[in-house]
Amino acid sequence: MKYSLLGLIKGAGNHHKDWPAAWRQPEPKPAYDVVIIGGGGHGLATAYFLAKEHGVTNVAVVEKGWIGGGNTGRNTTIVRSNYLWDESAHLYEKSLKLWEGLSQELNFNTMFSQRGVMNLAHNLHDLRELNRRVSAIRLNGIDSEFLTTEQVKAFCPIINTAPTIRYPVLGASLQRRGGTARHDAVAWGFARAADRLGVDILQNCEVTGIRREGIRVTGVETTRGFIGARKIGSVAAGHSSVIAAMAGLRLPIESHPLQALVSEPVKPVLDTVVMSGAVHVYVSQSDKGELVIGAGIDAYNSYAQRGTLQVIEEQMAALIELFPMFSRMRLMRQWAGIVDVCPDASPIMARTPVEGFYINCGWGTGGFKATPGSGWVFAHTIAQDRPHELNAAFTLERFSSGALIDEHGAAAVAH
Amino acid sequence: MHLIACPWCGPRDEAEFSYGGEAHILRPEQPDALDDAAFANYLFMRGNPKGVHAERWVHTVGCRRWFNALRSTVTHEITAIYPMGTPRPDRAP
Ligand SMILES: Cc1cc2nc3c(=O)[nH]c(=O)nc-3n(C[C@H](O)[C@H](O)[C@H](O)COP(=O)(O)OP(=O)(O)OC[C@H]3O[C@@H](n4cnc5c(N)ncnc54)[C@H](O)[C@@H]3O)c2cc1C
Ligand SMILES: [Zn+2]
Repeated sequence: MKYSLLGLIKGAGNHHKDWPAAWRQPEPKPAYDVVIIGGGGHGLATAYFLAKEHGVTNVAVVEKGWIGGGNTGRNTTIVRSNYLWDESAHLYEKSLKLWEGLSQELNFNTMFSQRGVMNLAHNLHDLRELNRRVSAIRLNGIDSEFLTTEQVKAFCPIINTAPTIRYPVLGASLQRRGGTARHDAVAWGFARAADRLGVDILQNCEVTGIRREGIRVTGVETTRGFIGARKIGSVAAGHSSVIAAMAGLRLPIESHPLQALVSEPVKPVLDTVVMSGAVHVYVSQSDKGELVIGAGIDAYNSYAQRGTLQVIEEQMAALIELFPMFSRMRLMRQWAGIVDVCPDASPIMARTPVEGFYINCGWGTGGFKATPGSGWVFAHTIAQDRPHELNAAFTLERFSSGALIDEHGAAAVAH
Repeated sequence: MHLIACPWCGPRDEAEFSYGGEAHILRPEQPDALDDAAFANYLFMRGNPKGVHAERWVHTVGCRRWFNALRSTVTHEITAIYPMGTPRPDRAP
C-alpha cells in the first residue's frame, strides 16, 4: 500500500492496528538471478535499483541478522559530498542528489535534513587545506563555502571560538546541502520499495560459503540452505574480507570498530553538523534532541562491535573543548560498528576475477552518505556486467596499477 | 579494553601500546622481480580474519619494544605473545 496523509488519518481511526507488514518474510527460492549478501542500506539500495532501473526483479537480499542491524543502524548519519578528487566528488554528489528526492522516490520518510555540514580548521595548514578543498569542490559544481571565525560563530553560536583554547577555530568550510537522515528509515524504505518490486528479503540467513564451478559462481551456502545464483553481489561492510575469502579472494581491507554515543535528549541547541578533523569530533542533534557524537576508530582489527573507553575519553575531551556547555551532559548509550577500512579511504565497487562475483566494500567510516549512490552504480555494475561511469575508477585493480583515490583528507574525521 | 602482557614490562593497559597490524608480512627479497599484482599483494592485501589474528604491537609509552601476539578479533582474547621473527606458535612445525 502507498503511504499517504489520508492513510495516516484512516489508520488513526482504529489506533493504527491494521497497518500491513512493510515487506514480506518469504522462504528462500531455490535460485535467483542475483543474490545480494548483506541487508544494510547499500545492499538494499542495490536490490532496489536492480529491480527499478534494470528490470532485474528475481533478486534476494540475504542478511545474517536483521536488515539495518549493521553499520546502517549504527552510524552518525552525516550526509555530504565535499570530497576532493573528481572521481569521489561525482560519486558522492550523485548520491546527495538521490538523497534530495529519496523520501518521495521510496514513499517513505527518510527524514533527510539539509541542515549544513561544517568542517573546522584549527591551524594554518588546516586553513590552507580547507581553502584548497572548497575551491576544488566548487570547480566540480558542488556547493561549498569558506567561513571565517566570526562567520562560524554566527552560524553556530554555541561553538567556543576563543583564541585562547588549545586548538582555536580559525575558520571552516560549509556545505549547506549536507545534513543528516534517519538511518533506520533508509534501510526500511529501501527494503519496502524493493519488496514491492518483487525482491525477496531473507533475514536470519547467514552466508557461510560461496559455491563455484571453475571460475564462475553458482550460488551461496547459507544457514537456510543452498541458494543458487547467477550473480552474487557482496555488500557486507565489516565482513567483506570474510565473504571475499569464501570466493578465494584477498582484499586490501581491515576491519576496525568505530564507536558512537548519544546523550540524553535536550531542547534544540545545535541546528547543524559540526566536524573537526584536528581535535577529532563530529556532532549533530537528532530530532529526538539527543546529541549524536562519533568517535575515531580503534586501532586494532576487530569484529566484536565494541571498542575501547580511551577512544571515547579523547572524543569527549574534544567535544567539551569546542562546546563547553556540553560538559554536564549525560551520555545514554554507546556502541560500535565494524567498518571496512581501505588504504586510500575510498570504496571498491567492482567486478572481481571470479566470474559473477561483484564486491562493494571499503566504505570504512563514511559510507552512509553514499547509500543511494552506491546502490545506483552497483546495480548497474551487476546488471550490465560493467561499471557505471561513476564507479569506473573504484576497482580492485587500482591497488596494483597505483591509481589510488586518496580521500584521507575528506575522511580525516571518521564519519 | 585489552590488558596486554608486554614480554619485558608485564601486563599493561592497552592505552600504553600502539598497533602494528598483521604480522609475518615479509618485504620481498627482490621487489623488482615481482609483477604489480604480486607487489600489491604484499603491500595492500590483508587476511583480516574473523578469529585468531597474528599481529604486531609496540609498547610505545613503556619500553618501546615490538612483539607479536595471537589475538581473537571476535573475543579480543590474547592467547600468545611471542618474539618478532619467530614462527606463529599455533602453526609452528
Ligand atoms: C559509529 C559509526 C558512525 C558512522 N558515521 C557515519 C556518518 O556519519 N556518515 C557516513 O556517511 N557514514 C558513517 N559511517 C559509515 C557507514 O555506517 C557505513 O559505511 C555504511 O553503513 C555501510 O553500509 P552497508 O549497507 O554496506 O553496511 P551494513 O549496514 O553494515 O550492512 C552489511 C550487512 O551485511 C551483513 N552480513 C555480514 N556478513 C554476512 C553474511 N555472512 N551473511 C549475510 N549477511 C551478512 C551484516 O549483518 C550487515 O547487516 C559510520 C559507521 C559507524 C560504525
Ligand atoms: Zn614494555
